Amino acid sequence: MEITLSILIVFMILGAIYALYAKDLLSALISCGIVGYGLVICFLLLQAPDLAIVQIVVETITLIIMVAVVLDSSREELKEKKAVDHGLFKVRLRNIINVILVIVCALVLLYFFREVTSTLEPLGEHVTRMSSAYIENGAEQTGSANLVTGVVFDFRGYDTLGEATILFTAVIGILTILRVKGRK
Amino acid sequence: MTPIVKKVTQLIAGLIFLYGIYIIAHGHLTPGGGFAGGAVIAGSFILLVLAYGSDILKLRKREEGSSVVESTGIFIFLALAVAALFIGTKIFFTNYLPKGIIGELVSAGVIPLYNIAVGIEVAAALFTIFLALVIYKEEVSK
Amino acid sequence: MITYLLCFVLFLVGLFGVLTKRNIIKIVIGLSIMELSLFLFFTLIGYVDKGIAPIIVQNMTKAKFVDPLPQAIVLTAIVIGLATNAMLLAIAIRLYKKYNTFDIRKIANLKG
Repeated sequence: MEITLSILIVFMILGAIYALYAKDLLSALISCGIVGYGLVICFLLLQAPDLAIVQIVVETITLIIMVAVVLDSSREELKEKKAVDHGLFKVRLRNIINVILVIVCALVLLYFFREVTSTLEPLGEHVTRMSSAYIENGAEQTGSANLVTGVVFDFRGYDTLGEATILFTAVIGILTILRVKGRK
Repeated sequence: MTPIVKKVTQLIAGLIFLYGIYIIAHGHLTPGGGFAGGAVIAGSFILLVLAYGSDILKLRKREEGSSVVESTGIFIFLALAVAALFIGTKIFFTNYLPKGIIGELVSAGVIPLYNIAVGIEVAAALFTIFLALVIYKEEVSK
Repeated sequence: MITYLLCFVLFLVGLFGVLTKRNIIKIVIGLSIMELSLFLFFTLIGYVDKGIAPIIVQNMTKAKFVDPLPQAIVLTAIVIGLATNAMLLAIAIRLYKKYNTFDIRKIANLKG
């Protein structure tokens, strides 16, 4: 199981690296779809069918909206300036600063990552401390056969209420931003 | 769009809509639930708009209609949550209808009604986002 | 342990995209990759070896279930990620109509 998941995640990393370096914007969007659809296969291997259904439809809708934004504009990655002597030195300085900044961030995050995962079990030996109460009493107390729905709508109902509010607010925001004047 | 795309859309859009309703209605028995089913229903409407296109006036009316449907969906969700203040144990947002036998279609108290409300809201929200984008691009490119 | 490390590498790839790219569409793609790596990490934490999906079928003896709590958290987070991406893209298309470019260095004129 670990080997299969590791191979899939390596494919996703390669797709993500290409998505950030592509010259054509439409190719970059399709590579972003590789990461999303690879995640669907990972969800199915980890026995989470609810998440697989939601992720595949949401990824398709995200790709449609992104292509609708990009298709009318100039689809090329922005060109760098020609490398004059003075300009060449500036371009190299900016690249070096980029790489140093990312390495500093990576080291800081790596320190916190070591602290967090030193208390984690290896993959598959999860100790369900909080969820053993949900699994044993979930069917009788909520009455639903799907335990994930019981947790989402009954035990953790406030999270669902907050999420419905966030979706509603996002729609209001988008309708305000994309308003075209001219109603008679 | 080409006639092949239009013909296939005619045949399939109704089936996708029915599949979305099935996922919402059996949310407490099989994997799925409100969010997945709502997204699938939005997908069927987006397919219709992409294949046929429309002029601006029809799309504007559809946008107003779907915005009203979304507000209705979240209003039903809040009304069910507030109604728990008056029925049974008077605590906000509890499960107050009787829970039947596990595995039947009519069971699990008030959870199927929550599924339907969230499904309506998510479908209408995603369709409104898409229509706002299409109307903006058509208006500006004139 | 190696799957957790690979998730972290995917997160770093997304962070690199957000910090160093100039095109606003590449920034949105980087943000989306960061969110996807976090969903994978949450689902990896809750996996039990030889467990099955947490759905009760009839006449079932006590079987080992996968943890349902991280799945409920990720279910909410996926829809919120979609809302955030849609809003960023609406701002991006508005910026393109006004300044006719996607470069974030050329649209930083708050003068006058």
